[in-house]
Amino acid sequence: MAIPTVMGTEIEFGIIVKNDPDFDPISSCVLLVNAYQEDPDGRILWDYDQENPLADARGFQVDGEKYTPNHQENLARNKTLLNGARYYVDHAHPEYSCPEVTNARDLVIHEKAGERVAEISRREATALLPDGAIMLLHKNNSDRKGNSYGCHENYLMDRRTSFKRIVEHLLPFFVTRQIFCGAGKVGSENRGQPCDFQLSQRADFFETEVALDTMVKRPIINTRDEPHADRDRYRRLHVIVGDSNMSEYSIYLRNGVTALILAMIEDGAIDRDLTLRDPVRAIKEVSRDPGMGHLLSLDRGKKRTAVEIQQEYLEMALAYAAKNDLDAVTQDVVKRWQYVVEGLSSDPMSLHREIDWVAKKRLIENFMGRKQLNWDAPQVHMLDLQYHDSRPDKGLYYMLERQGEVERIVSDEEINAAVHTPPSDTRAFFRGECLRRYPGQVFGVNWDSISFGVGDEPIKRVMMSEPLKGTREHVLDLLERSETASQLLVNMGS
Amino acid sequence: MATFIRSRKDMIEGGSRSERLLYSAAGGDQKQKAKGGGEGEESAESGEGSQKLAKKGEELKEEMDSLMDEIDSVLEENAEEFVKNYVQRGGQ
Repeated sequence: MAIPTVMGTEIEFGIIVKNDPDFDPISSCVLLVNAYQEDPDGRILWDYDQENPLADARGFQVDGEKYTPNHQENLARNKTLLNGARYYVDHAHPEYSCPEVTNARDLVIHEKAGERVAEISRREATALLPDGAIMLLHKNNSDRKGNSYGCHENYLMDRRTSFKRIVEHLLPFFVTRQIFCGAGKVGSENRGQPCDFQLSQRADFFETEVALDTMVKRPIINTRDEPHADRDRYRRLHVIVGDSNMSEYSIYLRNGVTALILAMIEDGAIDRDLTLRDPVRAIKEVSRDPGMGHLLSLDRGKKRTAVEIQQEYLEMALAYAAKNDLDAVTQDVVKRWQYVVEGLSSDPMSLHREIDWVAKKRLIENFMGRKQLNWDAPQVHMLDLQYHDSRPDKGLYYMLERQGEVERIVSDEEINAAVHTPPSDTRAFFRGECLRRYPGQVFGVNWDSISFGVGDEPIKRVMMSEPLKGTREHVLDLLERSETASQLLVNMGS
Repeated sequence: MATFIRSRKDMIEGGSRSERLLYSAAGGDQKQKAKGGGEGEESAESGEGSQKLAKKGEELKEEMDSLMDEIDSVLEENAEEFVKNYVQRGGQ
């Protein structure tokens, strides 16, 4: 039986300061992240002791230097939030890693809460800039000049599942899922085949099938083996092939369907061979096929369109759903997946309320028609960029949302609540609640640990290697009984 | 193959839209145009049906016009300059 779903996303935002000739991305990121002040006295370290990004899922350790910042740098670059998220500076981008959640609906809520956190801090940071300068954030993945930054998904998996099997069954799925979760992009880059418009922001950047890299020669399947949980029981599948979606529907399906496919792989329920002859080439071909007619070559001489490959996965999922007792959210994910796959096979543009790339393409084409512009026009590129703008009054996705032009999955109330509240059914609850209840007493945090520094006593680290422990149900009573972190530690018996 | 869900109405959460921390400030009224109520129920061949379709076409055009007007008012003024200067360092 597949293990329960635990997942999350990491969003890197594009950042720029308008009207500032001295714009420097790293110092702007530091300003941005520090402008977000939930607890003005909060000085919480990110606990790098627990990290090992150089372990490879294929069973070896890669040479390289592990990055560990000094104390000051650590504090300046990292914020752990009351909702259990991490908001920090990653290289030259601000990154929001949402707390661990157990279902696609909560994932949408918390990813959207991340957009709000970014926007709140952008406003605060802009207020600190010289007159006329304005900081802008884009939830996108490319500057269209060959530079890309990621939207990574993480899924907890059973370590007993062979990595080879995961790769085999996921490649055709990852190559084709962009038809419902591509964020859309005008033009091509990174020496990709020229085109007017493509489904995915990221497809141009994938150069190999399987590897550990995330910044150069990017692989469709990333092998980073850093579970942030009990290593003997779990692996964390680190997915780097996705786009940063604005559409709630696309986010919901991106994570919901992927989590379901992973459960099916764990349960041995993928029984069709859909191996593609050349996945790296195919991912770019699918991205350039908004008409959905392009035939991809399969390993055994067969040919299928991307929609047909998704239909094959869907049929296996329906069979799986008939035999297994799926939770309500997963059942809903299957229904909506079925709905979009059907829509894509008959009239892709009819899904402009649901799918990011379709919504963007429709908006741009109407604008081009009205203004007599072609795909090379700067205004067209601007529309593409501004679709992802984090400002609610300027971002074109938010404009569509305001005008009632897109389907919602969750409500604004749920999103706003999640800005300061952790999910209740994962260890993120314990993390967030400790930060809220014991201000000034939390010393350091990582996904699988939290350490307390109380007075002159030695630092005590509490391990959280089970992502589904530390939930409201498990720890609320304990927290209620513990007025201080010292009492908490006593009550925990440490 | 199980039945595909046809009615978009079924798919819309509706969701109350009261408190909006940031997102209410941006624009005036919230238009929730749940498109497609009863879609597909009428025949296009009947006079009434085609009239309705024409009306729907007009509505869609109006919707699009209103979107385009709003884009005109929010689109970055100096698009050429902005797009040219939009350079990011590579990330993950």
